This record gives sequence, structure tokens and C-alpha cells, in this order.
Amino acid sequence: MAKKFMYINRKAPYGTIYALESLEVVLIGAAFDQDVSLAFIGDGVYQLTKGQNTKGIGQKSFSPVYMALGDYDVNKIYVEKESLEERGLTLDDLQHLVWEDEDEDYAEKDSIRLVSRSELSDVLDDQDVVLSF
Amino acid sequence: MTMLHTVNKSPFESKAFDTCLGLAKSGSTILLIEDGVYAATTGNSVADKIKNTSDINFCVLGADAQARGIEAKLAEGIKVVDYEGFVDLVAEHDTVQAWL
Repeated sequence: MAKKFMYINRKAPYGTIYALESLEVVLIGAAFDQDVSLAFIGDGVYQLTKGQNTKGIGQKSFSPVYMALGDYDVNKIYVEKESLEERGLTLDDLQHLVWEDEDEDYAEKDSIRLVSRSELSDVLDDQDVVLSF
Repeated sequence: MTMLHTVNKSPFESKAFDTCLGLAKSGSTILLIEDGVYAATTGNSVADKIKNTSDINFCVLGADAQARGIEAKLAEGIKVVDYEGFVDLVAEHDTVQAWL
């Protein structure tokens, strides 16, 4: 029986290693056919901004990896509304992440679910395993 | 005496930026680097603090802003510098204080 795994991302990318390490673990979890959800709260929402160009800081950008999550059946990506607002961001500032639903002739669907803090609280309550980054 | 302050932490995660702003003298420079660059974006709960401080020069390390995809959201009046500009700032000021 697949367990419900939630990965909580609370750190901005590049300044610390947390964001990249979380992605690595998420992909491992997905390979074991678990029911994976991702939550982006606090500075974690910065991980999903579009237009990241790391050429100048000499680090590899892992921004394109978020686009591939749909192919690993990771398609429940919760972004907390309050965290976006506090940072002056909207959904338009984030990458447009999609997945293909094979039950509906591979229709492209949005992976990002914009949720309020209280909605996220309910999602969190429903998990079997929670991992924090 | 002029001082160059560097802040490398996000203003939402740490008090470093607030502490720096509280202690920085008129005429000094605050250079935002690494996750510190988020303080220089518009429309957030920190933006007003920079807007209401006219006697301090605010700079941002361009490479760090580009890496985070926030270059287009930088507030007006904030100077973008490259690594050479960072070195120039260090040379131009008497002392450097890094708010780690």
C-alpha cells in the first residue's frame, strides 16, 4: 500500500543546500511509487520562480527539474497563498508546472495548487509521512 | 568613516537585514548578496523599509538576483553591481561589516 508522503519546502534556493537536497529526495520517493505531495511555504516559494539564471554565481541551476516532476507522477504541488503575498509574488511569477493525465488521453493539467494556510493545514493533517526541508 | 554592510540572509527568515538597517549610519552602503537580495524586491512586506530610508545607498549583487529570477522585480533606486563592483565598494569604504 502506497503511503502519503509530503515534502515541505521552506528555504530559498541557492543560498543553502536544502532546496536541492529536497528535490533529490522527492525524486527518490517518487521512484518507489509512493503518493507524493510537495508544499512550498515561506521562502520555499522562491524555489519556483521563473527566469532563474545561475550563470553568474557559478552554480548549476536546478530550476528545470521542477518541470520534470510531472513525468515522475509528482503532480500535487501546494503553494501557500499567504507566503506568496507576503513576498509580493503571484502565480504568474512562478513556473507553469504541468503533468499529463494518462486516464484522459494525456491531457495537460496544472500541477500547482494555490492553497490558503488553513487549506494546507488540512492537507498536512492527511499525510502518513512528512519530511521537512 | 564610511562602512559597507553586506547582508546575505533573506529578510523573511532572519533579523540580519533589520539589525543592519537599525545600526547603519547615514552615508553608508548596504550591499545585498545571496538570499539577502530578496529584500530588494518590490511589493513585499520589507519594501517600505528601503523606500523610507533615503540616506543609505542600497546595492544588489546582480548575479545573485539573476540566479533567483528576481531581477525584474528589484525596487527603484537600488544599484545593481557585479563582482568587480563589489570589490570597488570594499575599496571605497573604510570598513566592511558582514551581517552573517
